[in-house]
Amino acid sequence: MNEAAINNLITQFADDALIIAHRNSEWTGLGPLLEEDIAFSSIAQDKLGHAQALYNILHTNFGGPSPDAGAFTRDESQFRCCHLVELPIGDYAFSLMRHFLYDAAEWVRYEALESSTFVPLAQLARKIKGEIKYHLFHAKTWVVQLGAQGNEESHARMQSALNETFALALGMFEPSEFDGELAAAGIYPGEQQVQQRWLELIAPVIEQATLQLPSVEEIDRSASYGGRKGYHTEHLQPMLNEMTEVYRIDPTAEW
Amino acid sequence: MTIQSLDPRITRAGIPTEDSRPLEPKEDLDQFETWEVFHQQKRGGHPEHAGSLHAPNAQLALVMAKEQYARRFKCVGIWVVRTADILTLSTEDEDIFVTNSEKKYRDAGGYRVGNRVSAFKQQQAQANAEGTP
Repeated sequence: MNEAAINNLITQFADDALIIAHRNSEWTGLGPLLEEDIAFSSIAQDKLGHAQALYNILHTNFGGPSPDAGAFTRDESQFRCCHLVELPIGDYAFSLMRHFLYDAAEWVRYEALESSTFVPLAQLARKIKGEIKYHLFHAKTWVVQLGAQGNEESHARMQSALNETFALALGMFEPSEFDGELAAAGIYPGEQQVQQRWLELIAPVIEQATLQLPSVEEIDRSASYGGRKGYHTEHLQPMLNEMTEVYRIDPTAEW
Repeated sequence: MTIQSLDPRITRAGIPTEDSRPLEPKEDLDQFETWEVFHQQKRGGHPEHAGSLHAPNAQLALVMAKEQYARRFKCVGIWVVRTADILTLSTEDEDIFVTNSEKKYRDAGGYRVGNRVSAFKQQQAQANAEGTP
């Protein structure tokens, strides 16, 4: 039973979901439009739910920590999230583009996981498929709207957001020593394949938005690797300090 | 001096405590147009009016409608329609309905079938209990 490999895989997905959930929730109350504030916050809340469900799989199957302990008591070196999700929220174009690139990857990942031989993951993938479909629908609609149907300023800001986030997004697919083992066991097809499907999914949307996708070949993608091994940007630990501030006052408090 | 808040996000935003810029009136049409949202609670059911929202176009109205009006309870479908596309009577024409309350002969409430329905149900239940078809 490929316990170490599954543990590593789920920790990566759960940490990505937790950190992007927290980052996106930083827009709550500060969003550009009331309706968008509600929608984006709601999506962030869904991501938190996904993280909780994933930590729970580790907790029930492999005796991992409870979701709360997993989320609130580790320091940055114990996190396995990618650099993309760690960065501060930036302007709204940055947050929207990150949301699009991230959710397109989630869509591809969970689509593959629906037929995973590790049943708890396959069940979760089927359960949350509709949520991720909406998250991607929300992201795609905004990217196309601001890229192709807005004005010169909105187009320029979406293009620079894409230029800023694309290399970081490639860090989502940092190869893992377990990729071969997971693919052989039919648990997960591996990051190389997922990255390829992700590119096929985002390219037509970027084109429809009249934006230019940076060339994958010209990017030093190893620059955004490291997150999966516990090496993070300088932004993660301060965010964790803020996120765990209330929990640390009284870890036994009940809510 | 910038605003120091208990909310670290506000502190980070570096908002000056005293904003010296004069408050200027907003331009007309600064807001998006409004859209009406209808949600359907079961397949084949009536779409019911749920509320309205602001959006720049139909596609985004649909995206927003889902989280504004269909994030909590059971829902299988949403409609959105531009408020301006709904044809309606003006309030001053409300008088075309004014004598409605006098036309009791059009009121289906006059048919007293409740007792007969109850009697029929009772009869069916009894028949079932006795095992007759």
